[in-house]
Amino acid sequence: MSVITTTNVDVYYGKFRAVTGVTLDINENEITALIGPSGCGKSTLLRSLNRMNDLVDGAYVTGSITFNGEDIYGPDVDAIEVRRRIGMVFQKPNPFPKSIYDNIAYGPRVIGMKPSNMDDLVEEALTRAALWDEVKDKLKQSAFGLSGGQQQRLCIARTISVKPDVILMDEPCSALDPIATMRIEDLMGELKKDYTIVIVTHNMQQAARVADRTAFFTALPDETTGNRTGVLVEYDTTAKIFEDPSDQRTEDYISGRFG
Amino acid sequence: MAGDKKNKKDKKDNKSKKKKNKQKKIRTLIVTKSVRGRAQGGDNSAKSIVFLGVLWLSLFLAFAFLVTLIVTTLLDGWTRLDGTLITEFPASRPERAGARPAILGSMMVIGFTALFTLPLGIAAGVHLEEFSDRNKWYNRIVELNVQNLAAVPSIVYGLLTLGALTAMGVDNKNIVAGGAMALSLLILPVVIIVTREALRSVPEEIRHGSLALGATPLQTLFRSTLPSAVPGIATGSILALSRALGEAAPLLILGGLVFVSFDPNGLLSGYTTLPIQIFNWTGRPQEEFHTLAAAASILLLGLLLAMNAVAIVIRNRYQKRW
Ligand SMILES: Nc1ncnc2c1ncn2[C@@H]1O[C@H](COP(=O)(O)OP(=O)(O)OP(=O)(O)O)[C@@H](O)[C@H]1O
Ligand SMILES: [Mg+2]
Repeated sequence: MSVITTTNVDVYYGKFRAVTGVTLDINENEITALIGPSGCGKSTLLRSLNRMNDLVDGAYVTGSITFNGEDIYGPDVDAIEVRRRIGMVFQKPNPFPKSIYDNIAYGPRVIGMKPSNMDDLVEEALTRAALWDEVKDKLKQSAFGLSGGQQQRLCIARTISVKPDVILMDEPCSALDPIATMRIEDLMGELKKDYTIVIVTHNMQQAARVADRTAFFTALPDETTGNRTGVLVEYDTTAKIFEDPSDQRTEDYISGRFG
Repeated sequence: MAGDKKNKKDKKDNKSKKKKNKQKKIRTLIVTKSVRGRAQGGDNSAKSIVFLGVLWLSLFLAFAFLVTLIVTTLLDGWTRLDGTLITEFPASRPERAGARPAILGSMMVIGFTALFTLPLGIAAGVHLEEFSDRNKWYNRIVELNVQNLAAVPSIVYGLLTLGALTAMGVDNKNIVAGGAMALSLLILPVVIIVTREALRSVPEEIRHGSLALGATPLQTLFRSTLPSAVPGIATGSILALSRALGEAAPLLILGGLVFVSFDPNGLLSGYTTLPIQIFNWTGRPQEEFHTLAAAASILLLGLLLAMNAVAIVIRNRYQKRW
């Protein structure tokens, strides 16, 4: 079943159209990977799925993006509410300058969750993010004392602490070593039982390993202005995209002959 | 913990420096050594050495002036740096005179200045940095004006306050409220600017992290951005307040140069401050009053140093690495 549906979505930065005509369905409890060459609008599209792009001056979306059938850019929809349901993990680990515990408790506190026991909630989130054993003895210490990989798992734990439905990840492993990357990939496999995950990655093997479906984007010159704009080339099951793509450009890209 | 790491790193650096020193024993010139101390890349060219020499010279000059000033003041004033100075009221006989009302007046005026300026200045800084639309012309004008106001001579703020109080129909302008108002106007732009700087140094990722969790912009401000900026705001504000503490000109304009032999007791009370008292005493013909002025200067210097020390402690205590 599809959780997020984009229909003919264009994303603009002022006059510049960064993404053009994207239509795709993101299925529940699946991992969807967005791949494509640099600058083709993957991050832009990802950020518009939870209205983080609203924070950029002059950015706007046309077409429709629905979440559980409801238009997230509808007139009565609160962007804050959208972000509570659709969480995001960033490329660079960005823990708050607070203790490990407070990093996790931050989300539940701000959205007014009243857990009967915050300690349990923190433990649960950290356990789900496969970080509990490493940090359980230093919950009061600053999150900056953790390694990059641990920080990124902390950010994932922080995201799941508010129990969103969807987790968006923008190149979550690009700052991590192969072992930390592997741990995060394992973690995503675990998390998809309960969450829907959309991940942007430049790592083909990663997409092939973790994703159920893969969307390949590229940047093409716009017919009217000639600016390069991101378009969706092909969207299918990961197996199909990597073994038998129907578009030549997809094949060139995944075989490393392009981009 | 961060401190430990730093120490370790310093030790390492020292070790490698020692090695280098052994290798290049011939060049034991102080200058080259200091070049290596900073420019670890080993840039020993004549240009960089000359540049470094100039830097050291200017540092030395500034330091020499400061030391001369402090030493001569200490020599002049230390005989009168006693209990009487703190506990007694000004008097016509120098040996019985003290700066008690001036000390209390300074503290009270600065206290009210902080009370007026900090909430207003921080709020304005937050608005300009976090919420205002920089593309709007009126915001740019406000911005430009704040920058310029920070550079206006303090006496102008005295005149402004004088005018404002006159317009409000206040006859006696030498009151705590008037002084605090003038000093508030003086340091308000500085507080706004340091608040903005401190907020600007909080990485955008922190705000995004908070917003992506579904926090509102206000929650993000109060729970993430502002707490991260507190050390910068606190340090800058303390330095601004210590500038206000040393000001005499705007207060003199408001009629501050009067004989005060009572403790100030509120916003509408008459008052004097340390800089004014010092100014007053230096104007007297008797040598003893000059000694008294020097002693009061030492007191003022001590206060200023203490405030700056607090600022430094705050900065080090809460220093963040991102
Ligand atoms: N905040 C912004 N303001 C204006 N233009 C932007 C902004 N962010 C991205 N763009 C433009 O939008 C286009 C798509 O950028 P985007 O970051 O989405 O690409 P990407 O596919 O994520 O690239 P990468 O793989 O390098 O991360 C680019 O042309 C970029 O210059
Ligand atoms: Mg990107």
